[in-house]
Amino acid sequence: MIPAYLLLFVPFVGIIYFALVGHKARVGRINTWFNVATLLMSLWLAVNVLYSGTILSGSRFFIIDSFNVYLIVLTAFVGLTTSICSAPYMRHERELGKLTDKRLKLYYSMYQGFMLAMYLVLTTNNMGIMWVSMEGATLATVLLVSLYRTPESIEAAWKYFILCGVGIAQALFGTILLYYAAIQSGDAETALLWSVLFENAAQLNPEILEIAFVFMLVGYGTKIGLVPLHNWLPDAHSEGPTPMSAVLSGLLLNDALYAVVRNKMLVDGSTQSHIAGYLMMGFGLLSFLVAAVFLHRQKDIKRLFSYSSIEHMGLMTFAFGIGTPFSTFAALLHMTVHSLTKSAIFVTVGHAAQIAGTQSIEKIRGLINTQPKVGWGLLIGTLAIAGFPPFGVFTSEFLVLLATMHSYPWLTPLLLLGIGLACAGLFRNVQPMVYGARPAGQQPVQANLWPVMIHLALVLWMGLAIPGFLANWFSQATVLISGSAPL
Amino acid sequence: MEILQLDFYTQAILSLAALIGLTSFLMLGQGRLLRLVFVFALQGLLLASATGLAAYTLDNEHLYISAALTLALKVFFIPWLIRRHVLRMNMHRDVEALNNKTIVMLGGASLMIFSYYVLLPVISNTTTLMLNALAVSLSVVLLGMLLMISHRQAIAHVVGFMSIENGLFFAAIVSTSGMPMVVELGIAFDVLVAAVLFGIFFMHISKSIDTLDVDMLNRLNEVD
Repeated sequence: MIPAYLLLFVPFVGIIYFALVGHKARVGRINTWFNVATLLMSLWLAVNVLYSGTILSGSRFFIIDSFNVYLIVLTAFVGLTTSICSAPYMRHERELGKLTDKRLKLYYSMYQGFMLAMYLVLTTNNMGIMWVSMEGATLATVLLVSLYRTPESIEAAWKYFILCGVGIAQALFGTILLYYAAIQSGDAETALLWSVLFENAAQLNPEILEIAFVFMLVGYGTKIGLVPLHNWLPDAHSEGPTPMSAVLSGLLLNDALYAVVRNKMLVDGSTQSHIAGYLMMGFGLLSFLVAAVFLHRQKDIKRLFSYSSIEHMGLMTFAFGIGTPFSTFAALLHMTVHSLTKSAIFVTVGHAAQIAGTQSIEKIRGLINTQPKVGWGLLIGTLAIAGFPPFGVFTSEFLVLLATMHSYPWLTPLLLLGIGLACAGLFRNVQPMVYGARPAGQQPVQANLWPVMIHLALVLWMGLAIPGFLANWFSQATVLISGSAPL
Repeated sequence: MEILQLDFYTQAILSLAALIGLTSFLMLGQGRLLRLVFVFALQGLLLASATGLAAYTLDNEHLYISAALTLALKVFFIPWLIRRHVLRMNMHRDVEALNNKTIVMLGGASLMIFSYYVLLPVISNTTTLMLNALAVSLSVVLLGMLLMISHRQAIAHVVGFMSIENGLFFAAIVSTSGMPMVVELGIAFDVLVAAVLFGIFFMHISKSIDTLDVDMLNRLNEVD
């Protein structure tokens, strides 16, 4: 359990450290080192789980199993690479005079605060604490969305705060109902522990759990960005500093989905029916299709990719909803490749916006001529996210399609339609930005694109051949979630 | 079952539940900000007394702590904070013209009936107390949302937000005699941080658009 405690302790120290000295010159690099430390902890934890299976801490307050441990590693990895890119990005913004010392302190301190909240959501065994840390993640990031203090960013942050706050309150009501069902038969102190609930799921009152799940899906679904609760997402992603968009899109959405899936496992155990799955499929498919249509109407580059996030989260929710081992495996894979690709894209997009000096799609032109690295990064990232072979997103989307054909064949045309629409929506916007005529006087910016390349290379690797240990990991998690192995 | 046959505790909790529901309706129709904050504090006080009563009857120490926390946060700190902002921004004389008051009130009433309807299956295997307590707390949550929809002042939105939290807390107290201590402390911490952040936002919003009327926050649109 030691690595799990350290995993939480390191970002906690980070919050305090950066709150004091977050404005110094080399602080971006120190932020990176903090994230290197947590990545090492998470790998240590992963090795432990690999050898000894599920780990429960002494007081049963933390649980590490094959499902959350890979998300922990993913969170730490994306947190690290984003922090590498964020250092030159924030320096550039500071030089432009968009930020003051105080706001830099806030930025770095809350970057670690957000990471802490994410690790806590993932490691905790207590459903109540999971809610508390999910709300904590909102509180940590809300001031970062309005970091630039423009009227637009303040509006976005306010919307984010109110919508997510109210939304997630529904999840608390669901958690209270869950607790109410649990104490009918169990001990009050341990009744909210997921491991205890999961063991005794069959004894929980199915009617109460069904209602509870509706509230949880609406609550955490607001955070996932499911339509029609998605309104905050494009605004918050587009107005905040770009590294924030990368971690919000790559990590926060995943972890909210993680919370829903944990709850679904309990509800399935209790009701022995597929009601939770149907709800997730419905919401997921709706989000997927609506977001694919909205991709065509965007004028802001970051909003464009935020809608792409909604689309992919919808697809994952749908796949988890189908609930067969095969679709669960596909959803887990899709979570991973989407996080990696989307955070890489957001980092590239941030640099593209710095080159053009605007986020408006119409004014960003000729990236590949101005700074080939950024242009190619954006192009390859878009190819990957649109689901072109041989990238990993293709593999996972293909698996979702197969799983759908197997269980609900009549839904396949809708999925194909959505994928096609999304692909067209992305390319009609990205193509002119990459290839268009270069505006006079456009200069390259200082950028570190190594992390982007590493992300995309990993996604490519997962598309060509999923490494054995990773496939094994996904299979174990699939067994845990859906009850049997995928193949 | 006749209400007089119930024991004192149940009767008292039921009356408090009714009063808490009533305060939600009072907030819904209130256009003056200071009175809105006052009614909110009143709701907090009712909540704290319900918690205190539950603590006394069930002889549960940790509920005493919850009661004290509620009293400190919801009756004193948050109302004081919001009141200070209202006074500082010189908005205590403004009366917000609420559109369609009648329809909003009727909507509120139907939300309450809806809450009873939603929770019927939960109640089929428990007591009258549970039926009323859970339904009232759900309706406080929904009425809080309606408050946010029908008012345009950012301050009214925050009051609605906090009253949603009140409804959830009431559900936790009555149905489960409080969540585990660590969770409750966590929630209280979140509420506290949220209250402080809201204060910061009031300043930013009024600095950027010169008013706290959220209808003026309309720059980010899907359609240009």
